[in-house]
Amino acid sequence: MKVRSGMTITFIALGSIILLFLLLPLLKMIFSSSSQTLIDTLLSSEVRDAIWLSVYAALVATTIGLFLGVPLAYLLARLDFGGKRIIESLIDIPIVVPHSAAGIALLFVFGEKFFLGKAFHAIGIDFVDATPGIVIAMLFVSLPFLVDSAKEGFRKVDPRMEKVARTLGASPWQAFFKISLPLAWRSILAGSIMMWARGISEFGAVLILAYHPMVASILVWERFETYGLYWSRPVAVLLILVCLILFLSFRFIGSREKA
Amino acid sequence: MIKIKELWVNLGDFELEGIDLDIQKGEYFIILGPTGAGKTVLLESIAGIYPLKGGKIWLDGREVTRFPAEKRRIGFVYQDYVLFPHLSVKENISFSLKLRKERGEEVEEKVSRMAELLRISHLLGRNPATLSGGEKQKVALARALIIEPNLLLLDEPLSAVDPQNRQDLQREIKRIHHKLGVTTIHVTHDFEEAISLGDRIAVLGEGKLRQVGTAEQIFCYPESEFVAQFTQLNQAKREMLLSMLRVKKSSQGEDSSWAI
Repeated sequence: MKVRSGMTITFIALGSIILLFLLLPLLKMIFSSSSQTLIDTLLSSEVRDAIWLSVYAALVATTIGLFLGVPLAYLLARLDFGGKRIIESLIDIPIVVPHSAAGIALLFVFGEKFFLGKAFHAIGIDFVDATPGIVIAMLFVSLPFLVDSAKEGFRKVDPRMEKVARTLGASPWQAFFKISLPLAWRSILAGSIMMWARGISEFGAVLILAYHPMVASILVWERFETYGLYWSRPVAVLLILVCLILFLSFRFIGSREKA
Repeated sequence: MIKIKELWVNLGDFELEGIDLDIQKGEYFIILGPTGAGKTVLLESIAGIYPLKGGKIWLDGREVTRFPAEKRRIGFVYQDYVLFPHLSVKENISFSLKLRKERGEEVEEKVSRMAELLRISHLLGRNPATLSGGEKQKVALARALIIEPNLLLLDEPLSAVDPQNRQDLQREIKRIHHKLGVTTIHVTHDFEEAISLGDRIAVLGEGKLRQVGTAEQIFCYPESEFVAQFTQLNQAKREMLLSMLRVKKSSQGEDSSWAI
């Protein structure tokens, strides 16, 4: 039998405490709702619409994040330039600021009275109390997860791979799409899943910018405020289950690809 | 042939300066120098990976100084192979052909011909991660040679290979060079390798060319303090290199195809 050191045993004990701390509230909530209550809640169109909107808006935010964030991640991984540290810190700011504050900051730019808000209004896109507002709130708070993960992915790709590809006739675009991107895609996928999951669960920034149409996290809060714990719990359980199922499915797909 | 005139590359903390080279078509040219001399930077600059601060490069009479790497048709092999890990051996070798959108049958034919030349036909379906160092280097060579390069650049191609396979690979490189006659620049810091493979040798030190000549000129008649110190060896090693030189000279005298 393998003999474990005192240190390993202590660390296992300490690790178990924090794991229990994470799991206990989630498990308690999931198992304290009866399956009938969950089915009844799911049959409510208000709940279904809210969950769908959360999933959909987070997906749109992640797609925008992929399109705009992956090139930035590549540049940060490949180039050295003055002010690079500042840009890297800027990207991580949404992780550390309170999300309600982020929502107010976004309102100051995308609100109807402000310049970008006005510009988009002119082409028929409004952000306040509208789905695009939910998307940009999710994009703002969850983008760092994608950019940071993609940047690490690109850093792990030897730049000489691209150099060799160039000598073999690849243009810089072809070297990126045929070499760097496929080699970094697992990190990009992991970052996308994190960004999407973080987007689905976003509350603070969405609350400020677009209370309506209601996403699931806002619905949970509204039911809690209006009707109390009993009515908010099943919606919260469903939201957790949706996040869990999506998260585990994508992780599973990722690990199968690796195998 | 390749002609380089006053090549100047500035990478901020490192500079290559005043490099002049004239390499004949089909020549096997060695660039010898200590670590940090700028050997890899020189090769990468010739390949078009770094923009030149000054100077010009001609390849087969055509000036290619402003050509991007993908337009130069220069094969490049790195010391540690740099195979594409997400592609099979076959896909690595056919990478350039697929970029050029060559027809499927043509790709198959060229890959199988190149694999036969390098004796790696049995490896085509394998993943690069499962190959030995020597096998990886042969795949990297095949990948570089399949573009039918005007010039082949080898960046210390033998140094990551274990000593057992190094001799074999060295022989393979000689054989392939003899067969294809591709003008080759081979970077190394290994004297034996330089003598055994090179038609001529250039010594590079601290970003500058210190001497260009035959192995005999470099090792027996150094023109500068730098080259004299760099090629300084203990008596036993010196004797061995001189005997290598004698063997090479006599075999060249008898037959110019000594390389095989």
